[in-house]
Amino acid sequence: MAAVTTSTERSLNKLAIVGVLIITMIFLAPIYWIASTAFKPRNLATTIPPTVVFQPEISPFVKLFTKRSQLRTAPTPEQYAAAPWWERLVFDGGEKVVRSGRGEVQWSGYPSRFMNSLIVAITSTVLAVGMGTFTAYGFSRFKVKGEQDLLFFILSTRMLPPVVVAIPMFLMYRVVGLNDTHWGLIILYTAFNLSFSVWLMKGFMDEIPKEYEEAALVDGYTRMEAFFKIVLPEAATGIAATAVFCFITAWNEYAFALIMTNRRAQTAPPFIPSQVGSGLPDWTVIAAGTFLFLLPVAIFTFLLRNHLLRGMSFGAIRK
Amino acid sequence: MTQIELRGVQKYFGAVQVIKDLNLKIDDNEFIVLLGQSGCGKTTTLRAIAGLETIDGGDILIDGKPVQHLKAADRDIAMVFQSFSLYPHMSVYENIAFPLRATRKSKAEIDQEVRSVAKTLQISDLLAKKPSALSGGDMQRVAIGRALVRRPKAMLMDEPIGALDAKLREEMRAEIKRLHIKQGSTTIYVTHDQIEAMSLADRIVIMHEGVLQQVGSPDEVYSRPANLFVAQFVGSPVMNVADAAVAEKASSASVTVGGAATGFEFPGALLSKLNGHASDKLALGIRPEGVIVRREAADGFLPVEAQIVEPLGSFDIVDLKVGSQMLRARTKSGFISGPGVKVFARIDPAQTHFFDKASGKSLGVRL
Repeated sequence: MAAVTTSTERSLNKLAIVGVLIITMIFLAPIYWIASTAFKPRNLATTIPPTVVFQPEISPFVKLFTKRSQLRTAPTPEQYAAAPWWERLVFDGGEKVVRSGRGEVQWSGYPSRFMNSLIVAITSTVLAVGMGTFTAYGFSRFKVKGEQDLLFFILSTRMLPPVVVAIPMFLMYRVVGLNDTHWGLIILYTAFNLSFSVWLMKGFMDEIPKEYEEAALVDGYTRMEAFFKIVLPEAATGIAATAVFCFITAWNEYAFALIMTNRRAQTAPPFIPSQVGSGLPDWTVIAAGTFLFLLPVAIFTFLLRNHLLRGMSFGAIRK
Repeated sequence: MTQIELRGVQKYFGAVQVIKDLNLKIDDNEFIVLLGQSGCGKTTTLRAIAGLETIDGGDILIDGKPVQHLKAADRDIAMVFQSFSLYPHMSVYENIAFPLRATRKSKAEIDQEVRSVAKTLQISDLLAKKPSALSGGDMQRVAIGRALVRRPKAMLMDEPIGALDAKLREEMRAEIKRLHIKQGSTTIYVTHDQIEAMSLADRIVIMHEGVLQQVGSPDEVYSRPANLFVAQFVGSPVMNVADAAVAEKASSASVTVGGAATGFEFPGALLSKLNGHASDKLALGIRPEGVIVRREAADGFLPVEAQIVEPLGSFDIVDLKVGSQMLRARTKSGFISGPGVKVFARIDPAQTHFFDKASGKSLGVRL
């Protein structure tokens, strides 16, 4: 049947490809905009219409990582010549790099915010997926009293926008001293993701035949050993898919990070736009920060893409 | 030496009792087949022995020691599942080695034992493959290999060849039998297929609705069924069962089936053996090969009409109308040309069974 395709089918196929290309371009346009702005000279960042062809430069990234102040007087030619290449880029922008009394370059807040984001997102993902996997296994394999009610209760935590509880959470956190701490955000994000993780993992666990573990039990293993040796490898696809979604949620979370943190534990999302306010907004620096911020999720998703695709269609087909 | 004994085993799923007071003694090296329809409790019994189900009453003894409180891992029993349950992320080698890795055996010992089992089962060339690359028969062999490798006290098999196609099933049946003769371990095998049960078992255990119906050699359950359920469950084509009326006629007995005008002639001894059992509570059972058909009239043969002829290759099954009752007879192929043919039939008294209609129990009448 596949051998015979009529000319109308062929042209429909072509049309579909064109359609897919257009939609892809629409979705990729903002990403292109951010990526291109991250490499633009400052004066081209806000032109109307947008500049498409330009000489890319990396000065936005230098500015992103350094603390700068406005130049009152232009640097002398000797100062300019003595400066390393990246400092000249800052001079060219009419700014200078702030140095300590001993002449050490002062870092901007970005690297520490980025690290905070990594710490919080990775830890909360590991916790949410780990606990979710165990919980889902329990629900899937054992008779739990009130299983349906408990599962519904777990799901109900997602039935209102999390921001609704922001004020009470803020007050509680202040009392227990979790404000502006990594653990504060980790606990919050783990709690957000846990219900999602339990439900997703339960679907995957239900798909793993319980005969596998029973075979392992008869083969001389304890239930715990069977879980780690048999169930976990079988659930790898589900765990990967769940981890990607949990990581993205924790990585991108903005509202709670903005309310609960301000310096020590602040993550990148509330930090990046805060740069708009200091001095004249430098959109190229903001774009550079956003561009770097996009990379971990892109890399993580790319690495797990095979699992993700399988994860999406998992359970759709009965073997 | 492994003996398994079940003493008064009870099991409930909620309010439903799935095993009712099961008593069974299995000898060393015996091949026992639990036979019954789906939902009769046979798989639950097997899983209870394996330690995958808890029991609500009674004892399970292995070599005289109660094991019902032991975990599956501590019972030293191997099991082959209907779905084979090969671990998909492990190679065939790893699958077979898996039970050994739970013990404290050295790598060299494990390797030696895996290879020896693989050789026995002729799967040595498959060791590097993943289960997904295997055919159904090979998956089955690997599953059996995984069960054998530990040299367990007993082998449990839960419909191990039920998922294979008919031809492969026959091959594997012979292979399992050969293996059992060679390895000789106490084996409990669950199936709903009576042919499988007959061909494999030393003794067949027939269960129905959680109750043990009969235990006996294949020949015993076939030729001396304890009740109507066993009579109709074992044997293909199914045994004819009909309401029968017995009357005295001169020195012999006359057995009327389906309210026919005349009865079949039986030896007079039948009357004394029935011992006054009320005639209206009798059910007669006769296997198709016990219904003898002739083309010409003869002494003791009743005229009957063929209704349906099913040619089955080596023989035909013919539905004969006797009174209001249909009796299925087994004839040589092509013996009766088609429906509507008038022939003569009689029932072989030596192959006839009498049951109490109400209780279903066999009256044990042998002529």
